[in-house]
Amino acid sequence: MREILREFSHRLTALFRRRHLEEELDAELRSHLEMSVELNLRKGMTAQEARREALRGFGGVEQVKETYRDQRGVPMIETFLQDTRFGFRMLRRNPGFSLLAILCLTLGIGANAAVFSWIEGTLLRPFPAVAKQDRMMALTGTTRGVSGSTGVSWPDFLDFQKNCTLIESFIGDRIMGTTLSIGDRAERASGSIVSANYFDALGVRPILGRGFEPGEDSGRNAHPVTVISYRTWKDRYNDDPGIIGRTQRLNGVQHAIVGVAPEGFYGTFVGYEFQFWVPASMQETFDATGYKLEDRGARWIEGFVRLKPGVTPQQAQGEISAAAKRLENDYPTTNRGSGIKLFPLWQTPFNQAGTLLPTLEIALAVVVFVLLIACANVSNLLLVRAFARRHEMTVRLALGCGRGRLLRQLLAEGLILSALAAAGGLVVAHWCHNALVLLFPAPKGIVIHLPGKIDWRVLALSAAVGVIATLLFALVPALQAGKIDLAGALKSESGGVVGGRGKARIRSSLVLVQVSLSFVLLVGAVLLMQSLQRMQQASLGFSSQGVLATSVDLFAAGYDTKRAKIFEDELLDRLQALPGVQSAAFSRIRPFSYRTYSSAPIAVEGYQFAPDEQPTVDYNEVGPAYFVTMGIPLVSGREFTRRDNETAPPVAIVNEPMAAQYWRGKDPVGERFQSNGRWIQVVGVAKLSKYGTIQERPKPFFYVPLRQFFSVQGSLQVRTQQSPSAMAAALVQEVHALDPDLAPQETITMREQVDRIGYTQRLGVTLLSVFGGMALLLSAVGLYGVMSYAVSQSTRELGLRMALGAGVSDLMRLVIRNGLVLTADGIVLGAVAALGLTRLLGDMLYKVSPRDPLAFGAALVVMTIVSLAACFLPAWRASRTDPVRALRD
Amino acid sequence: MPTSKAEVLQGTLDLLVLKTLDSMGPMHGFGISLRIQQVSRELLQLNQGTLYPALLRLEQHGWITSKWGISENNRRAKFYSLTRAGRKQLEEEAESWDRMSAMINRVLRTS
Repeated sequence: MREILREFSHRLTALFRRRHLEEELDAELRSHLEMSVELNLRKGMTAQEARREALRGFGGVEQVKETYRDQRGVPMIETFLQDTRFGFRMLRRNPGFSLLAILCLTLGIGANAAVFSWIEGTLLRPFPAVAKQDRMMALTGTTRGVSGSTGVSWPDFLDFQKNCTLIESFIGDRIMGTTLSIGDRAERASGSIVSANYFDALGVRPILGRGFEPGEDSGRNAHPVTVISYRTWKDRYNDDPGIIGRTQRLNGVQHAIVGVAPEGFYGTFVGYEFQFWVPASMQETFDATGYKLEDRGARWIEGFVRLKPGVTPQQAQGEISAAAKRLENDYPTTNRGSGIKLFPLWQTPFNQAGTLLPTLEIALAVVVFVLLIACANVSNLLLVRAFARRHEMTVRLALGCGRGRLLRQLLAEGLILSALAAAGGLVVAHWCHNALVLLFPAPKGIVIHLPGKIDWRVLALSAAVGVIATLLFALVPALQAGKIDLAGALKSESGGVVGGRGKARIRSSLVLVQVSLSFVLLVGAVLLMQSLQRMQQASLGFSSQGVLATSVDLFAAGYDTKRAKIFEDELLDRLQALPGVQSAAFSRIRPFSYRTYSSAPIAVEGYQFAPDEQPTVDYNEVGPAYFVTMGIPLVSGREFTRRDNETAPPVAIVNEPMAAQYWRGKDPVGERFQSNGRWIQVVGVAKLSKYGTIQERPKPFFYVPLRQFFSVQGSLQVRTQQSPSAMAAALVQEVHALDPDLAPQETITMREQVDRIGYTQRLGVTLLSVFGGMALLLSAVGLYGVMSYAVSQSTRELGLRMALGAGVSDLMRLVIRNGLVLTADGIVLGAVAALGLTRLLGDMLYKVSPRDPLAFGAALVVMTIVSLAACFLPAWRASRTDPVRALRD
Repeated sequence: MPTSKAEVLQGTLDLLVLKTLDSMGPMHGFGISLRIQQVSRELLQLNQGTLYPALLRLEQHGWITSKWGISENNRRAKFYSLTRAGRKQLEEEAESWDRMSAMINRVLRTS
């Protein structure tokens, strides 16, 4: 074994000293022969005899050298280098061909590299500065019988931390926002409430100061300290080196700045870049819904775990589920039905990873299609060129070149193309690394962070794609070349026939593949567009036009409940006095915002729940005139008024599905149900509307008066015909009149609010349209190539037809018909594939069947038009055939 | 592919070269070829050229080393000499050769 290694290293080093070694070999053999001649002379031979005898005894000098060289170097690498050099020469000789091939492949490989880099940067390794992300998993709570995930309560979190031995660290993390006022500049900022081990467990070392210390996450409001992000330090504090120890007001509380996070650390929320972090002890300061650190029933913290080395996700899940089970037994009142689920980072449900996953999966499938189409194109180009190089190949074969060697040579040329294209593709991917951010609608004050990341894995994957592509596109032509029939090839090829079978068959089937793949993409793109259109036309159940939404962060400004109530009443009075304002209302949650509705177990008078029924219903806390303002019709009963206040008996308005489910179609007005330990009387029934997403199914939902379930943090909706900007200006004035230190946040239409949630749909449409367009273009080029080649090869036939009286239009029809037959075959194939594949779009489609005939029809029309366009030029050229020249040649 | 005959020849040639260098000390290629012809009493008619790839292989395996020097009649020549690893290899190969020929002899005599 050692000998083999030693020999190989000898051989390798020999590759780099070839000239020197060659000279040495010459010298050595020369000296051998001279000694031999000398000896023979001494034996008495003549000079001529001596030389002949020496050479005879030695054997063939050149043969010896050849064997010696094979022993000395690595023949495989040497021939590869030769092939490469030759390949480069061939590509330089045909710059047009090379450029076109490289361009096609660059599109194909670049699209793949871009999607890989997005997946790497946002799903697989979303936190660049964090160590060992491969052992990290997202941690969420679950409720038995309810899909979706919740947070985890802080006492539970601490118990898990204590009791799970397979998990190295529990990292608690909850997104929140505040207003950061530095000097006279006040801006929304997003941050995280985190467990004290946050920075240590993530392996992130602050560049100034420290992270949080153990114990800083306990004690009610006991540790007002904060770590700020690198960018905040740079931009807002002008990279002040003496920042540590200074204080910053956050939500009305002075926090000591104890650390500055390193550059490149953006927090642990896929999609957003955070500006600051505070320990969990400060939860009450940042959460308008109250103090929760000792409440096992309040499930609010999200987070991550890092598994110990060698622990599988299943083992960890088993252990943590068992721990959750024990907590359920120990604390049945708060923990009944509560479980824990670990997710791989790329499936994290509580950040943008979950939203992007389906879109990026589809994008991945689509770019593979684009790559296949590009490969088919290059394959076609190579086939054409192989025909042109037939003479060269034949001569090489005739001179004794092995067919294997010929194959290697052609593959080497393919590899060069792929390597150049892969390099180009990575440049494309680099350009596109911020594309996801550009397509993402950013709420004001939130810095979107969705980077594509080109690391060694993306590089390796792109290289692999290049190699696979080479095999795909170069193998068929190379095998074709290997099949050259020497005798036949030396005779001249006779003229072909348009649409003739035989040689053209491979090329036609490549076009077939292209057309069918493009057709599938087209169908997918049309389906998504239809879905997007349906979503835009979908009935929301509330008016999206003429309703503006904004908010004033009273909680962050330090308002208590009493002051907030007074402020809200006065502001509503002032707004309603404004010209053009029809009505205005506060609510805790704005529909279609990322914030989650309250949800509570209910009990209904006169309704028996089935044993496994989960009687938990979402609700919203809304102020007087909310339904008028939002344009949600009431089917019976009344709207909340100012009289539904703290002193009045609790009331609620339920939606239609809730009425239907729990009162079985009877008008529930006047009936009672129990929630949050209070008996609530139903005073109205509201029409069903959409609450969080357009795709959501009808579900029970109810509203309670904001005054009876007050929250300092809320959203303000205004019904007016004024533009958002005009309204924003008026709002600033009115808010300032009440409190000069307050400023309203951005004012947008409800339509805009709805569109922000539909981001992934639009992203899907955009990606599929861009890539689908690319695919279509590539296929058109492929079809054009095949048709024009067929025309150029059959001038004799065309000339003959013309001489026999075929007119210009006859010839054009002949060529176009052939192109269309090819297209039609491709479309049939593509339609069959699409029928099976579009199902994968699944949840991305809203109210559109994956087999929608309109989508298939539209794709058919587009494909036909494109192929007509692609065939037109070759057909026109065919019609210009000069019969005299064609027949003479 | 080389036939099994060629492989046997190659192994034999290696052994002869190692043995020659062991008993004669550093030698150049021509010297080695002369010596092998003499010792085998001209029975082994090998092309002298085939010696060189074999020498290269032995050197690659680390069993011999080479150095340029001046021959007895003032000619520049490459001198090969046995290394410690080569000596060990020679012992092993000579031993296995002995075993092999003894076995073949036994087989030939017993029938």
